Amino acid sequence: MTSTASAAPSAATRLDLGRWTGPLAVLVALALAYGVIALDAGDEAQTQFTNALTIGAVYALIALGYTMVYGIIELINFAHGDVFMCGSFVSWWLLTYLGFTGAVTDPVVLVGALVLTFVVSMVVMGVVGVVIERLAYRRLRNAPRLAPLITAIGVSFILQNIVFVTISNSIITTPQLIPSTIVRFGPLHINQINLFVIVLALLLMAGLQLFVNRTRLGRAMRSTAIDREAAQLMGVDINTTIALTFFIGSALAGAAGVVQGLYFGVTVFNLGFQDGLKAFTAAVLGGIGNITGAALGGFVIGFIETIAAVYGYGRWSGAAVFVALVLVLVFRPTGILGQQLADRA
Amino acid sequence: MTQWLPRPVREAASRFRDRTDRHQSLTIIAVIAVVAVILPQVALLPGISAFGTQNDFVGGFADAGVYVLMAIGLNVVVGLAGLLDLGYAAFFAIGAYTYAFGASDFSGIHVPFWIMLPIGASVAFVFGVLLGAPTLRLRGDYLAIVTLGFGEIVPVVFLNSDTYTHGTNGITALAQPSLYGLFGIAGFGFTNPWPYWGTILMLIAIALVLLYRVQDSRIGRAWVALREDELAAASMGINTVTTKLLAFAIGASTAGLAGVFFASKLSLVNPDLFGFTVSFTALSMVVLGGMGNMWGVAIGAFIIYELQTQGLKQLNNFIETLGLPSFTLGPLHVDLSQLNFLNYQYLLYGLALVGMMLLRPEGLFPSRRRRRELHDVVDPEAAALAEEAGET
Repeated sequence: MTSTASAAPSAATRLDLGRWTGPLAVLVALALAYGVIALDAGDEAQTQFTNALTIGAVYALIALGYTMVYGIIELINFAHGDVFMCGSFVSWWLLTYLGFTGAVTDPVVLVGALVLTFVVSMVVMGVVGVVIERLAYRRLRNAPRLAPLITAIGVSFILQNIVFVTISNSIITTPQLIPSTIVRFGPLHINQINLFVIVLALLLMAGLQLFVNRTRLGRAMRSTAIDREAAQLMGVDINTTIALTFFIGSALAGAAGVVQGLYFGVTVFNLGFQDGLKAFTAAVLGGIGNITGAALGGFVIGFIETIAAVYGYGRWSGAAVFVALVLVLVFRPTGILGQQLADRA
Repeated sequence: MTQWLPRPVREAASRFRDRTDRHQSLTIIAVIAVVAVILPQVALLPGISAFGTQNDFVGGFADAGVYVLMAIGLNVVVGLAGLLDLGYAAFFAIGAYTYAFGASDFSGIHVPFWIMLPIGASVAFVFGVLLGAPTLRLRGDYLAIVTLGFGEIVPVVFLNSDTYTHGTNGITALAQPSLYGLFGIAGFGFTNPWPYWGTILMLIAIALVLLYRVQDSRIGRAWVALREDELAAASMGINTVTTKLLAFAIGASTAGLAGVFFASKLSLVNPDLFGFTVSFTALSMVVLGGMGNMWGVAIGAFIIYELQTQGLKQLNNFIETLGLPSFTLGPLHVDLSQLNFLNYQYLLYGLALVGMMLLRPEGLFPSRRRRRELHDVVDPEAAALAEEAGET
């Protein structure tokens, strides 16, 4: 959970660009990715590029929850992907209940509906996350490692199947509130829904970064992640801090769930399984336990998927992500920015 | 534990246990032989025979045997070595597709079933090594996620490589096993499940005999040592990576074996048969049966399989006959007579997994050692033994 982009070691460290290393590396990577997409997509390149950023933003939001929970209690929270799925169902239910069916043109109504949906979904999923931690994980905090992993996979199935039996066993369409309008900045153009998702995700990430690094509770989280017992001795309330971590992580997944509904317009009960797997890969890619890394990893996965799709291998995007996961684990188990030892016992 | 029994009975029981412990392989074969004869008779019992013919039941038992075999193999990985394998179905799929490639008109190759059994197990073993080698160097959690991904990818690969696998339709008309008229046994067929019943029991017996021997060997002790304290085990000279790899690959090859049998009995393979729910079901069986206890896991797997296939189905039929009312509750329309319990299957598994880990992590039929480890309490028998040892 220790993280600042500028302190990240990367291949370019040797050039000694100081604090600009991180941002520069990101810019170079983005330019490269754009080039790779443009080689095959041609005129479509800008659209595909912004799509990659949008998908990446969703993965990044989910990956943050994985990485925060792993950072603080070293548990792969398999149920996290399903929390994301439930978030998309909460927003679907709310919007349908309020009578929305498609794009909303009145800006006041649109903003109101968006704010309401995000707040409700994030709070509901945050509470769900806290309840999951309380019921399924807390008692097993000192049990053998296998035990919480098994309950995590159990909770994942419980969430999936609650939705399966109570709501729908097939794909349902969700209202896409934001009109699909192209915004132009000179030669650049972007669909406003993509712009909205990317900006929102970046704002949430910046907010999280500020919270973790600048507030008292954030400091409690970081210290708990480093050494739980020492933190406790210093007066940190461990249970509250862990619950808070689950709340924030799940709330971000809830936000990602709303985005899923707004951007893709569909959701399904087992959505969280594959997307959760990809988001976890993103967290590992960035360096598990590292918040900036998770965000970065999310965007990398977004680009891997989009590039696979652009080159006509869309069906293999899942396999490409999996291969990326194994390669990272083999060659750099600490991830791109990872500072934690991946094989710490 | 059994203090209420009269002393001679207790002594006889303990002598019997000594004998079965000493002749483990014979005991296994004897038990399996008894099961082979008794279980089909159960299908003829008055209350049960109403649900289907004896042949239907025997076919179902053979299908249950596939899961029993898988659970025994997964038990080595999860129960003995303490590695969480969430993509177990992938190896099952690999075994099944190996059979499909080796014994069907689709590939034009017709290798006999009996030779495909070891081949399928070996192919799955190789894939287990390939997948485990890079990931088992890392801490255990990563194995869980990598196997989860592998289990997700393998069916996708079979689905997308249409040219080699017929994609979503799968490969059909696989050769069924044949005994070439030996022993005067009637041929394997959809209408005659008995040879399959015998075959799967034989496979289970072989797996149990071999795995019990491995479990009680130096390797088995190394697995348990690794599970309980990796650092201590490593400093005692155990090569952690190869030891874990062996457990993982043995588990994989057992699933491969089950896959070959499964494909031959069904006579078709397609990617839908090997989704995550299969891995999840096998894991639930191991956890519910009692991680680390091979008999417990085998019995647990059988009971769970029969409950999910027969129990839930009969429950559905039963509910339908009750003629329960339907009612509307706000936006929800509930028709109690149309409750489909099969839909609740995985919800129940999920609840059972969480409940088990919280309340009884050692499973329904625990191994003694596992119970001690998971409960962290002093076992009275062990305490008594330690006391005796201290006195003498």
